[in-house]
Amino acid sequence: MSDEGSLNLFQQQEANRRRTVLLVVGFVVFFAWLGFGGDYIYYLFTRDAPRYAYHHTFPWFGIGLSLVAAAIAWYAYRTGPQKVLWSTGAREIVEPRTDQERQLVNVVEEMAIAAGVPRPRIWIVDDPDPNAFATGTDPLHSHIAVTQGVLDLCTRDELQGVVAHELGHVKNLDVRLMTLLAALVGAVALMHDGTSRVLRPGGGSSEERKPSPLVLILLVVWIVSWILAPIIAQLLALGVSRKREYLADAMSAQFTRNPLALASALQKIEGAEAPTTHIKRGAAHLCIADPLGRRLTSHEGLFADALATHPPMAKRIAILRGMGYAQLKQQGR
Amino acid sequence: MGPLALLIVLVVVGAWLIVAYNGLIALKNQTLNAFKQIDVQLKRRHDLIPNLVNAVRGAMDFEKSTLEAVIQARNQAVKVNATGPEGIKQISRAENTLSSALQRLMVVVEQYPQLRATGNIGQLQEELTSTENKVAFARQLYNDTATLYNTKQQQFPTSLVAGLAKAQPADLWEIEDQGEKAVPQVDLSLKPKT
Repeated sequence: MSDEGSLNLFQQQEANRRRTVLLVVGFVVFFAWLGFGGDYIYYLFTRDAPRYAYHHTFPWFGIGLSLVAAAIAWYAYRTGPQKVLWSTGAREIVEPRTDQERQLVNVVEEMAIAAGVPRPRIWIVDDPDPNAFATGTDPLHSHIAVTQGVLDLCTRDELQGVVAHELGHVKNLDVRLMTLLAALVGAVALMHDGTSRVLRPGGGSSEERKPSPLVLILLVVWIVSWILAPIIAQLLALGVSRKREYLADAMSAQFTRNPLALASALQKIEGAEAPTTHIKRGAAHLCIADPLGRRLTSHEGLFADALATHPPMAKRIAILRGMGYAQLKQQGR
Repeated sequence: MGPLALLIVLVVVGAWLIVAYNGLIALKNQTLNAFKQIDVQLKRRHDLIPNLVNAVRGAMDFEKSTLEAVIQARNQAVKVNATGPEGIKQISRAENTLSSALQRLMVVVEQYPQLRATGNIGQLQEELTSTENKVAFARQLYNDTATLYNTKQQQFPTSLVAGLAKAQPADLWEIEDQGEKAVPQVDLSLKPKT
């Protein structure tokens, strides 16, 4: 609410826009490296071949893979939100039928007003474990999904806190970056699985010639980066999501002016041990709490910092409590 | 070197002027927009109240005065004919009266469990809670935006272009202390038969 708060929001939006562009560029460059690297290695292999044999001189692989990567990135950006929602089996609430659904719609409308963004589309995931996520490309095209567990377990105030947290992600454009990341991670994994199958049985026929060390080193680096691609993508998804959970918690407190409600909602979500089975690994970093229920999330440290998608719940709750008590003190209660 | 330095200074000052001016205009429009949001939510509330009153009227022959107060406050609030943030003092006074009247009604409804059981009072209650929240959150957004706008136009370097941007301090929506008013006077002798 202070000048600083809005500046932070603006900076965060700017940073998210920049990171999204970086992500897309990095994705295409990585595929270009795989393609042109392969071309170069193939070129070196066929350079000393006899006259009548095939000489790889035109970088077909590089151009092809770069184009494919660009197409995938574009496709991911356009259809990412639908894909994410589809993967969790969420159903949209168009006309609320039950009291629960009506309350959810009302709460989302209220929080959209508080956040000053258009009302997002609302989805419910039929899963008894409480969790929630937001997706979309910008505040005009955004979606909020909560699980049935959230509706069953949380009070109205707690639901407000959870929805406000997700709207925080929407408002500072986290959703754009995270959704694109989810779609690209999925694409990399898929491509990797597919091409590894094609590449494995190949080779073996022309092994008599001894290739130069340069070619060997290049080949090793190339193969290693090919193998590491899905792991790198996964690590990116992990690293990008932790810090912003704290920020979204803070934005939730700003919208609801009720940090204690979100704290108790988080406690309930934490207390429900079961993993959210409907939300798969690919969309895990989008959620308010780690849907896989990994133990890593409950620790802070170098290892967890590098590998967990979410910050420790205890720390988030403690920070929210701190805000809540400071607020109560201010009001002199 | 002299003219070049002067030129650089001029360009920097000019750029700053543009940025500061545009920033103020953007905030001014955000404030106006936030005010419109309140307006939309108030209209919704005014439309909802007749439904609510009709729904509880039959079951509430007692507590007539509470209902009357709501209807009267609502009619007063509808009559207020101010469209811009300038009229916010007037609007907020009428709406605050309506808020406290509604709060009293809600407390009364809570007191009579059989009233909540009849028909769709539960649904109406949720609707009313939501409407009240929407008004409150729209107000919160307006106050936050207006505070930002006011601070910006009074702070030092930006205050120099405030006149140029025709920036005027926007009135905030004052929330009077309703602690006293919200407590209803429940007359125990009127307790309905079970």
